[in-house]
Amino acid sequence: MPSHAPLAASPGRVEVGVITARRRILCLFAHPSIDRSEANRPLFDATARVAGVTLVDLYAEYPTGEIDVDREQARLRGHDVICFMHPLYWYSTPSIFKEWQDLVLEHGFAYGIGGTALHGKLFFNALTAGGPEQAYCAAGYNHFTIRELLCPLEQTARLCGMVFLPPFALFGARTAVDEGRIGAHVTDWVRVLEALRDHRLDLAAAVPLTKLNADLDAIIREP
Amino acid sequence: MDGMLFHAFIYLAAAVLAVPIANRLGLGSVLGYLIAGILIGPTLGLVGAETEEVQQVAEFGVVMMLFLIGLELEPKLLWEMRARILGLGGLQVMMTAVLIAAAALLLGYHGGLGLAVGLIFAMSSTAIVLQTLGEKGLTRTDGGQASFAVLLFQDLSLIPVLALIPLLAAPGLSGLWAAGSGEPGAGAAHGAMSLVAGLPGWGYALVVLGAVALVVLAGHYLSRPLFRYIAESRLREVFTASALLLIIGIALLMTLVDLSPALGTFLAGVVLANSEFRHELQSDIEPFKGLLLGLFFITVGAGIDFGVLSAHLATVIVLTLSVMSLKMAVLLGLARLFRLQPGDQWLFALGLAQAGEFGFVLLAFSVQNGVIPADLARILSLVVALSMLLTPALFIAYDRLIAPALRTGSASAPDDIDEWGTVVIAGIGRFGQIVNRLLLASGVRTVVLDNRADQIDLLRKVGIKGYYGDAARPDLLHAAGISQARLFVVAIDDQDRAVKMVEHVRRTYPTVKILARAFDVRHLYLLQQAGADLVVREVFDSSLTLSIAALKALGMHPFKVERMARAFRRHEAEGLTSMYDLWDENPDIARNLVLQARIREHVGSLQDALNSDRLQLHDRSERGWTPPPRGINRELDGDA
Repeated sequence: MPSHAPLAASPGRVEVGVITARRRILCLFAHPSIDRSEANRPLFDATARVAGVTLVDLYAEYPTGEIDVDREQARLRGHDVICFMHPLYWYSTPSIFKEWQDLVLEHGFAYGIGGTALHGKLFFNALTAGGPEQAYCAAGYNHFTIRELLCPLEQTARLCGMVFLPPFALFGARTAVDEGRIGAHVTDWVRVLEALRDHRLDLAAAVPLTKLNADLDAIIREP
Repeated sequence: MDGMLFHAFIYLAAAVLAVPIANRLGLGSVLGYLIAGILIGPTLGLVGAETEEVQQVAEFGVVMMLFLIGLELEPKLLWEMRARILGLGGLQVMMTAVLIAAAALLLGYHGGLGLAVGLIFAMSSTAIVLQTLGEKGLTRTDGGQASFAVLLFQDLSLIPVLALIPLLAAPGLSGLWAAGSGEPGAGAAHGAMSLVAGLPGWGYALVVLGAVALVVLAGHYLSRPLFRYIAESRLREVFTASALLLIIGIALLMTLVDLSPALGTFLAGVVLANSEFRHELQSDIEPFKGLLLGLFFITVGAGIDFGVLSAHLATVIVLTLSVMSLKMAVLLGLARLFRLQPGDQWLFALGLAQAGEFGFVLLAFSVQNGVIPADLARILSLVVALSMLLTPALFIAYDRLIAPALRTGSASAPDDIDEWGTVVIAGIGRFGQIVNRLLLASGVRTVVLDNRADQIDLLRKVGIKGYYGDAARPDLLHAAGISQARLFVVAIDDQDRAVKMVEHVRRTYPTVKILARAFDVRHLYLLQQAGADLVVREVFDSSLTLSIAALKALGMHPFKVERMARAFRRHEAEGLTSMYDLWDENPDIARNLVLQARIREHVGSLQDALNSDRLQLHDRSERGWTPPPRGINRELDGDA
């Protein structure tokens, strides 16, 4: 897409002083049992209040699993940032995201000949994981970093010509409420969304990180 | 003794005794009827003089048979067969007639007589051949179709042949006989009335064309409103009467203009092949046709004159065998010429080798016109009868000797594979329509029946093809092809009839799968008991859909609603299954206390089924997506 060409050509450059239009953010949310959610529910509610963000509850929109491919592709075309918001299920997304990818990321749309609709867009996950952060490393019981576990999604983004950002992650989510960590996490999340929207997030600094929310002050320029 | 009752008793008794035995022995029903005729006629002498009269009535069976064949044959198919009808049929009649005439000349007979005899023997027996082909399931084979084309041409050629025979009279004989017969009339037997006597050639042609046009136009435009009107009266016997009226009316019209009645009704059948009344007409006429045709075969057997036969035994046998071999040779040659498969060639040649019932008519007519002397005609009449009597034997020979050899030899691809098979749908109201539309759109062939003529008419107007008829009637279901169907869908709203329908189909066609629409649980159980393979309550799904919409409208998360609906469906299905046995013990719910208690329990357990948590109650309703216990990390970390 010509309009996104400059961004695609220089994903790492900090856009200081460049006045561009706000980025349009698409948050695709999936939690099959939102009633039981402790971490995703407040994140979901907070996202809904951020201006310039489109929030879609996939399980609500497609309760029978029958995905409207045209509608989803139109949504993708209409946004610059694509975010998958979900709890981490078996080191991946809830199943509806897999179905969504299988159907929506068509040849000729997302990849392959003529498949340039997603070129230059940003992609990342906003996820909550049950395990503690220290479990997500070679020495921990999960053996891989969260970034490593998301490799299939990273490669999917790359094949579609998108810039993959590290996940915005909450670890130890089952005990986050008890430990009073939810409030700060939600605040961080809103901060990230606004910074992305307003071109205040240093992409070059963010891309190599393991998680996006390691040190937000280092990558976000306050207005 | 009342003569008519006595004779009816004799004919029926002979048929009832002989035909099942012949069928059991693998001889086919035609031979059974013929043997029955020989038994009651020449052998026991129970019937005699009236045989000829009975035969005139019985010939009407052939007329009805051609009507039924016409119903099976859409105009398009007939048009596709034109090359065969004219080519194969025309050559068969001409070559056979000329060869027999030549033989007669060699034997020293007059050429005109030879040609008349040739034309008489060129005809085959429509009745025997089509009946036998149908019985053996060979009608749709290529050989069967070719046979049909030839028989159709022979029927057509009857008109010019009747016109030609008076011209063939030998000088000596004609002086004796010609005085009385001026008309070219159809059949010496019925020829008394004619509208066309004395008309010039072109006038006759016009009348004939007019009559044919009348049959086609009236069949297309008049008969359907009439049938619809009668169908709405719901008087079944009046519908049958009107079907008979149609056939007899056409036969009468055809006789008046010296055309073959069989040909006329065949045409009417073709015209009605596309109409919604096809299956109803079929099932109404079928029993008449069967009985009359049987009667016809009996009269052929009974009409064999043993006196003449014993006097000229050798002549009759030699003549019969030579005529049949000559016909067979001609047929075999033509079959090769028209590139039939080897198996079909033999079916075609053996099947059509006999002389036919038209032979009797033409013989009588020839005698009347002084073309053939009466004593020769009696011998030739025996030849016709004997050749007909031998035909079932030839079919058996085909079955036993030729068909098995070919089956092992060449594994020819079965033609006309219907991938999904046919589905018969009874009832095309609000329920059946949905079923029919989805099946049709998926490429499944359906046959739709409904007993409301106005409904069928309305659907036809919007392009959905259905047939009028009461699907609770076994004969109509049979005519609709239930025996070949894969599935039978009962979608009618009359509960008792639906149950009876399921019972009948389950008993008679055990291989057909039955899917039925139930009014409520009681009806569902009754249908299950009757043998339905799958029963669906008619408003269950729509009520569930509305409840889903209601919960969503209240603001409940759509995916949670979806899961609740699934749990509800499962709970309901389990309940239905578990309660069936209790119901089966005593279907009277008002008095079945155990069942009442079980129903209360079922209703009460619903809420638990929907809301309980897997971890707390070990229920299956919400098995998915429950988070692990809070202490899980310590546990996992300890293991690592």
